[in-house]
Amino acid sequence: MKRFITVCAISAAMTAGTAFAETVKVGYMTTLSGGAGIIGKQMQNAVNLAMEHKGGKLGGMDAEIIFADDQRKPDVAKQLANRLMKSDRVDVVAGVIWSNLLMAIHKPVTRNGTLLISSNAGPSPIAGAQCNKNFVSMSWQNDQTPEGMGKHMQDAGIKSVYLMAPNYQAGKDMLAGFKRYYKGTIKGEVYTKLGQSDFQAELSALRAAGAQATMIFQPGGMGINFVKQWKQAGMDSVSKLYTVFSVDGVSLPALKDAAIGILGTQTWSPDLDNAINKKFVGDYKAKFGAYPSFYAAQAYDTILAIDHAIAKSGSKDTAKMRSILAAGNIPTTRGNLKMNTNQFPIQNIYLREAVKDADGVVTTKVTGTVFTDHADSYASQCKF
Amino acid sequence: MTFTLILEQTFNGLQAGVTLFLVAAGLTLILGIMDFVFLAHGSQVMIGAYAAAAITLATGNFYLGVLLAIPVTFASGYLLEYLIIRHLYRRDHMEQVLATFGLILFFNEAIRVSFGPAALFSDLPPSLSGFVEILPATPYPAYRLGVIVVGLLCAVGIHLLVSRTRIGAMVRAGANNPEMTAALGINIKILFRFIFATGACLAGVAGMMLGPLTAVQPGMGEPLLILSLVVIIIGGIGSVRGAFVAAIIVGLVDTLGRVFLPAILRLFVEQATADGAGPALASMLVYILMAVVLIFRPTGLFPAKG
Repeated sequence: MKRFITVCAISAAMTAGTAFAETVKVGYMTTLSGGAGIIGKQMQNAVNLAMEHKGGKLGGMDAEIIFADDQRKPDVAKQLANRLMKSDRVDVVAGVIWSNLLMAIHKPVTRNGTLLISSNAGPSPIAGAQCNKNFVSMSWQNDQTPEGMGKHMQDAGIKSVYLMAPNYQAGKDMLAGFKRYYKGTIKGEVYTKLGQSDFQAELSALRAAGAQATMIFQPGGMGINFVKQWKQAGMDSVSKLYTVFSVDGVSLPALKDAAIGILGTQTWSPDLDNAINKKFVGDYKAKFGAYPSFYAAQAYDTILAIDHAIAKSGSKDTAKMRSILAAGNIPTTRGNLKMNTNQFPIQNIYLREAVKDADGVVTTKVTGTVFTDHADSYASQCKF
Repeated sequence: MTFTLILEQTFNGLQAGVTLFLVAAGLTLILGIMDFVFLAHGSQVMIGAYAAAAITLATGNFYLGVLLAIPVTFASGYLLEYLIIRHLYRRDHMEQVLATFGLILFFNEAIRVSFGPAALFSDLPPSLSGFVEILPATPYPAYRLGVIVVGLLCAVGIHLLVSRTRIGAMVRAGANNPEMTAALGINIKILFRFIFATGACLAGVAGMMLGPLTAVQPGMGEPLLILSLVVIIIGGIGSVRGAFVAAIIVGLVDTLGRVFLPAILRLFVEQATADGAGPALASMLVYILMAVVLIFRPTGLFPAKG
């Protein structure tokens, strides 16, 4: 919050002096405090790195980023969104990790005529029936990634699977997406408590269920706990572990060798072979001393998208920026990104495995492409 | 739902219970004897986990990490009482809540500043990463069995300390009537500081044992704090024996409920409803239990006073 006020004060002082030069203002909302603060910190690092790469300008215009800490609370997010729009008069509101927070600010921001760009959350209502033309996703629709996992496990001929996810909307979306493509036997579908730290009881039940494979969605600290306890309970000999959004740049430093060999699906990986990604990963590692997570990559892509929109349209007008982004072909760490009619990306879903790099640091490596140009399942319900 | 699965889950519940007891034991004494509302007890769990993990990382020896972390947590409790808590005894409960809530924020931020916001790496010592057969063909992780043993040993130790030693007699006297105890020439201030530091140390031990099992990260102790408050209310505020019984009950109810409730519900309602309602109901179970205890035994199962 102090940082927020400082940035506001500086921006006020700056705008007073440069009343005539055009400046684009971006309000970047993420979670910087609490247990999920590590995710927000990585996103903030990536945004700052992107601004550094762009020389402090977006599309040639002077730019200013105002960070806001949503504390992972929907009510705080709503207040911050209002403040960013009404008193900071930002041109773009971007960021947002959590689906429930995005749902809270989606209507107020898009109705105000401000461009809203998600760096992570992709709840199905916003992709479908409740879509709005002022919203653009630079991440994915929630179901896309687990759909890739479902398809991979179906193709791999896995006979039975045990599913586990936290008991909240995103957890249910993830398993629904998985089941859309996996047609084998589901031996169990368990919803754990959000924020659960000990999974031993669930692991005992899982052992008794005897499924050939296990697929989990346990983001952040829950993923660290689950994988650690999975290994400690010797579950590898019982079932094979597959994950979505659980083994990534946030959890790997705490898991290290315990994660090696675990498979997951994702739209991005640090080793994706394109010039933008190489520069991003290389500079991020050099500057912050660790691999970026997919959250960081998507935050970086968000800034690149705003830069692209302003450079192409020559304006910071919402409608003009939006039409550029809607046309797709946005340069990102995932290559040139295509856009669906609901302004969610059409993108590849990769299979990635946790491995050791040349320096002995555990990271993820792409081992296959499950879907090429995969579109989300809700675009047909979206009418602007 | 075989016998071995039920046995295994009972062990899981026991392990959760004894961990909970270590946190609740100190808290029930602080609340019951010192009449002090202390919300930052979860931070002591975090301090214990961080101290053990950091020393283990530096020395490469898990046992050394735990051994050295114990005096660290005792010292942190001692200093905390000396620097801050003792000034708050005379304040009313609301002010104590505010001050100790502030301490939670302070400790979380202090840990974030010194160790970074990311979770710390911590793993099982190789000597404890194996399995023990609790029944033929029923392997159980050795480390978790160790946690149960350490927890039970601590419980026995605290019981002996409270019921068989001079310090314990002073603690019990202090719980019944602090003014009279002070009038008999017992330095109640030092006694309180000792209780507080011991409580912090026990919570720290819980954190050290949880470290290799869960993510060592800022705020890791807070979920335990809420559950241990439930334990204290069920057991009776100020009663160590009550805290032990209640912790085991809560551990078992929470664990067995989480696993078996959805399956039991499936016998009565259709699968989709059971999958939705089961986990929600299971997470409410301990609070329902607390409400029931409050209705029939408002002072808890083992009231300390009267």
